[in-house]
Amino acid sequence: MAFRNPVWERQWQVFKRNRRGYWSLWIFLLLFVLSLGAELIANDKPLLVRYDGHFYFPVVVEYPETAFGGFFESEANYRDPVVKDLINGKGWMIWPPIHYSYNTINYDLQVPAPAPPSADNWLGTDDQGRDVLAGLIYGFRISVLFGLILTILASAIGIIVGAVQGYYGGWLDLAGQRFLEVWSSMPILYLIIVLSSFVVPGFWSLLLILLLFSWMTLVDLVRAEFLRGRNMDYVRSAQALGVRTPVIMFRHMLPNAMVATLTFLPFILNGAVVTLTSLDFIGFGMPTDAPSLGRLLGQGKANLQAPWLGISAFITLTILLSLLVFIGEAVRDAFDTRKFLK
Amino acid sequence: MSLLRIRNLGIHFGDQRAVDGLDLDVEAGRMLALVGESGSGKSLTALSVLNLLPDAAHWQADELVLDGQSLLGLKDREQRRLRGGKVGMIFQEPLTALNPLHNVEKQISESLFIHQGLSRSAARQRCMELLTQVELPATEDMLRRYPHQLSGGQRQRVMIAMALANNPRLLIADEPTTALDVTVQETILTLIKRLQKELNLSVLLISHDLGVVSRFAEDLLVMHNGRKVEAGPTHRVLSAPQDAYTRHLLASEPSGRADPLPENAPVLLNASGIHVSFKGQRPSLFRPAPAFHAVDGVDLQLRQGETLGIVGESGSGKSTLALALLRLIGSDGRILFDGTDLRALKRSELRQWRRHIQVVFQDPYGSLNPRMTVGQIITEGMSLHFPDIDRQQRDTRLCQLLEEVGLSADSRHRYPHEFSGGQRQRIAIARALILEPRLLILDEPTSALDRSVQHQILELLKKLQARHGLSYLFISHDLKVIRAICHRVLVMRAGRIVEQGNTSTLFDAPQQPYTRTLLHAAFAGDTLPR
Repeated sequence: MAFRNPVWERQWQVFKRNRRGYWSLWIFLLLFVLSLGAELIANDKPLLVRYDGHFYFPVVVEYPETAFGGFFESEANYRDPVVKDLINGKGWMIWPPIHYSYNTINYDLQVPAPAPPSADNWLGTDDQGRDVLAGLIYGFRISVLFGLILTILASAIGIIVGAVQGYYGGWLDLAGQRFLEVWSSMPILYLIIVLSSFVVPGFWSLLLILLLFSWMTLVDLVRAEFLRGRNMDYVRSAQALGVRTPVIMFRHMLPNAMVATLTFLPFILNGAVVTLTSLDFIGFGMPTDAPSLGRLLGQGKANLQAPWLGISAFITLTILLSLLVFIGEAVRDAFDTRKFLK
Repeated sequence: MSLLRIRNLGIHFGDQRAVDGLDLDVEAGRMLALVGESGSGKSLTALSVLNLLPDAAHWQADELVLDGQSLLGLKDREQRRLRGGKVGMIFQEPLTALNPLHNVEKQISESLFIHQGLSRSAARQRCMELLTQVELPATEDMLRRYPHQLSGGQRQRVMIAMALANNPRLLIADEPTTALDVTVQETILTLIKRLQKELNLSVLLISHDLGVVSRFAEDLLVMHNGRKVEAGPTHRVLSAPQDAYTRHLLASEPSGRADPLPENAPVLLNASGIHVSFKGQRPSLFRPAPAFHAVDGVDLQLRQGETLGIVGESGSGKSTLALALLRLIGSDGRILFDGTDLRALKRSELRQWRRHIQVVFQDPYGSLNPRMTVGQIITEGMSLHFPDIDRQQRDTRLCQLLEEVGLSADSRHRYPHEFSGGQRQRIAIARALILEPRLLILDEPTSALDRSVQHQILELLKKLQARHGLSYLFISHDLKVIRAICHRVLVMRAGRIVEQGNTSTLFDAPQQPYTRTLLHAAFAGDTLPR
């Protein structure tokens, strides 16, 4: 339905014409979908085990070591040579391409951690012997997911506030604008540092705190669109038809406001990713056992003798942020009315 | 001898021909009116003389001669000497054609510096002369004013002064009065005519309004779809049009009268003491904002099946009055609709009442949501007011209505941008009619349309009124249209009613001087056959 609309259709055509943005979108989607299946790419458990005539799925189900004839009641450690021998004796295992999860510590390192890239750890290990590549894949996923959720929630709040302010105008608008000015002048980073001293930062608590201070981006844009839109003749006509106010806002005015929103979306996502990374970098972000690009960067800074840490995190971030900026540019072109005249 | 001579002019955008094989002559000291509907290529023709066409346009001509000098293959420098030198140009919208950051003196003297290299004091001298010529006060104060401090008519006079600055031989006026009120329109055209005579200018006047230009131009050239349809002295073309299209244009001038109203028609709308005011700018933080009275105590009655015309110039408060009657903006006073006071209704009750009063706006491009199909646009109100009607019935009703307003049933799956201005206005009318209203408020419904399309819309409105017994509140600045469709007329000025009465009485024997001015501007010296 949405794509049958000629306005959207034309914008999609213009978007496609920006080759860089178009390809960036596909590459980003590919990377994102791949990272969603991170457990299947980098894991310390095999994808499939055939043991004694039965199939086992260690990625999905926890099996005790005793299931494979071991001694311990705890979950099998498939990287343990003893367990490996037990299974391979009566069957076989299929491993993901990378034999480490983000928190797997490689105890077989020949050199003290951080270890340089080797056949075992393709991008080396960090200072606790964890595989860098696995960390990057999981870190990418958590950054993008965090960014997406933050962006969607922040945009939703921003759109609603902007719409209400713009549609009703008057005192409501005036009060709202003043509140926004005060609220947006708060020093976010310091507030988070203070808050993190009595709230244990986790994925959701961090999201909530950041959300408190990041919903303002779209308010002004949407408000301006609604201020303009409420005087359009088709909005007046709808009012004269007796259409309810929320319906008018949603059906007649929101689609136009969405233009501004969609244009900003990749850039807001970018900002969210950067914020999370920088918090992790200075150590006020995610809990220390969570995979994180920011913490990897921090380790790179602390271990300058191990350049693979800093360089891999840097390149991953660069690619992620550049892709988003290229997509954002293409979206901006698509919504630029001057472009579609050509 | 002709001053400007064009032979076989062709302009095209890609494969699309905008002007095709056009011959045109502007005689020395005479005014040629180039008349055609929108999209006929008349403005492009004028721009090609100065080689000001947009980049996407390609053009060629066999001959393009101004005052004995061929303009084909001129160098950039020579072309610039031509623009603003031998040829002066006046544009349609004076607000956008004047630089908002330059005062009047700078606007006018810019081309004096460029073309004549005058000194500052000489240029100022010349500015004063020009101001006198265009009948503006030649004072220091006027020279120092900026465009936003001038009225529409004054801005257009400044534009004319700029065009005349270097004693051009040819003046090109592209719809010089379209953006102006009728009374101002009249004075501007009279001024151009006077200057033409006094300065022995040739004028190329471009217009869509045959009625207006025919009073001023000696010669006429009618264009249609980029081709010349007919040309010759004005009186000959008008009295004995050779071509079918010219006759069609002439027939499109609003004519006819409203069908008589039954004696006992009941009063449908009775509004009294309608008052709308807006807050102005606060003069200072501690003083209250002055109120601006947009509508100031208006009383009106409208009977069932009647068309009441509201006439006034821009800023007279007629559109504000319409919004107040629709209850879309707050107002004081009493609005009795079929005996119910609309101002006393609660929100939910008012929403139910809305189906009885519907509205059609002026701008056919702004009044339809570009992201909805025509079907969705028209049926939006149905689901609100007739929730029992199922999809099937709704679709049948939609097709019927589309047919009734003169559109094909297939249109319902298409989007507004695929339709022309006149067709969009039909869609807007259909949207209003599907609720079976009793009163339709028409706010300048034909002002953005070409005369011949205007004619069709007026005929449609009359037909619908006869069939459904609708009452119309018809707002317009165009007295010809008002006369053709209204039973009664109400003249507004600065928020108040100046005069009201039956159409024939008011038009034949206006009582108030303001009404007489309006009528004079619209009909004086009308050479068109009626």
